[in-house]
Amino acid sequence: MKVYLDNGATTKLDDSVTKAILPYFNEKYGNASSLHSKGQEAKMALEESREIIAKKLKARPDEIIFTSGGTESDNLALKGVAQLHDSGHIITTKIEHPAITNTCKELEKQFEVTYLDVDKEGFISLHQLKNSIKPNTILISIMHANNEIGTIQPLKEIGEIAKEHKILFHSDAVQSFTKEDINTKKINIDLISISAHKIHGPKGIGALYVKNKTKLKKQILGGKHEYNLRAGTENVSSAVGFAKAVQVSNKKDIKHMKKLRDYFITNILKIKHTKLNGPKERLCNNINLSFAYIEGESIGALLDAKGICSSTGSACSSKELKASAVLEAIHLPPEYINGSLRLTMSKFTTKEELDYTLEELKKIVEKLRKLSPLGK
Amino acid sequence: MYTKKVMKHFQKPKNYGEMKDADAIGTAGNERCGDILKIYLKIKNNKIQKISFETFGCPAAISASDVLCELCKGKTLKQALNITAKDISEYLGDLPKLKQHCSVLGKEALKKAIEDYKKN
Repeated sequence: MKVYLDNGATTKLDDSVTKAILPYFNEKYGNASSLHSKGQEAKMALEESREIIAKKLKARPDEIIFTSGGTESDNLALKGVAQLHDSGHIITTKIEHPAITNTCKELEKQFEVTYLDVDKEGFISLHQLKNSIKPNTILISIMHANNEIGTIQPLKEIGEIAKEHKILFHSDAVQSFTKEDINTKKINIDLISISAHKIHGPKGIGALYVKNKTKLKKQILGGKHEYNLRAGTENVSSAVGFAKAVQVSNKKDIKHMKKLRDYFITNILKIKHTKLNGPKERLCNNINLSFAYIEGESIGALLDAKGICSSTGSACSSKELKASAVLEAIHLPPEYINGSLRLTMSKFTTKEELDYTLEELKKIVEKLRKLSPLGK
Repeated sequence: MYTKKVMKHFQKPKNYGEMKDADAIGTAGNERCGDILKIYLKIKNNKIQKISFETFGCPAAISASDVLCELCKGKTLKQALNITAKDISEYLGDLPKLKQHCSVLGKEALKKAIEDYKKN
């Protein structure tokens, strides 16, 4: 059996998305900036797509800036705000995606950055956030749902704090977009990063929600595309695919994933010395476990041999031989930190696939524990 | 990512398990990625009669442990000490660059086990 449980990394295209995209390669291939009919045909598709995505966030179409993906959106948000200032202070967290963390590290050359702690379940403290604000704080960037452990931060409350202090608020919502409601009419938020390939859309396209009148320093220079915030010929086919993916997302799929997630967690925790990382109430498709005394990459390799795709936060598996910063930030005990396994489902995941995974995983954990000198 | 040989020794290691009547035990830990390896030896007439391992680590670490045991069988203590990380890596048909350090671990554990034996 082939089981894909790495949907936090990327997802399979929905068939309706593939179908929607195809005409834009060899029929409706015009440049959306061209004034002739072929160009206008593409332009219309682009603007319809923008409208669909805007609607999902209860935003205006002109508040959606297409980018090449979540990483570019994060870069545009952070550098775009910072570079309008000569100096200042930025607040973010210790559990952000590298697109945020590494951009912040770069910005540290000129700006002061505070990285907020998180508790054992991965939540920031609103109290610490308030206390971290300085007179020169220019931006708060806090992710919505965490990509590793599925913790969902309280955007509404954070937004209120930001508003009270007149500080811009950005959130990386790449993992949560369409899975959790984000209503820009109800929460105070200025910038939101989203991406298509996490929601059964194509790779290479994302967007940044930029609240009306929010000023940003343009990062990619060229023509006046995307309300003069992001130059480059518009990726119309991908924008159409992105919009289609948003359009087909629905509450039923989320319910389906939640049910499967809880079923799997309940059963896998029957294995001794197994821990769920992150809170019980979490992103609908995220499962993150730690198996004491064994190593995550080995678990993943044995799962892969059985046709099951997963991911791990173990040190061995990373290019820097460093354990996941997120798992370190939640102070996971050492015997658990290298034995982490992330399983992320999609709407296509079935109970049969999870039963097969449960069965194989039990055998794998037992096997690796037999090989291990620890825990005896 | 890994060669077939690595996967074979990782998935079906022959030489794993605790040895209750071991003459010597050596443990080594690699702080770089948290691997821990324990080597058990049964020694007779200065020769390694039996050898087994227990490893906490990635596929490279586990397969390198198994291969080290394979290479040590029947060797004199001196011959065993001469086995290099390169021997293990070559036997496995090359480990990814990032994983080369995994093959060093076995040698350290073996050295400690033999030192432990000589002390007693």
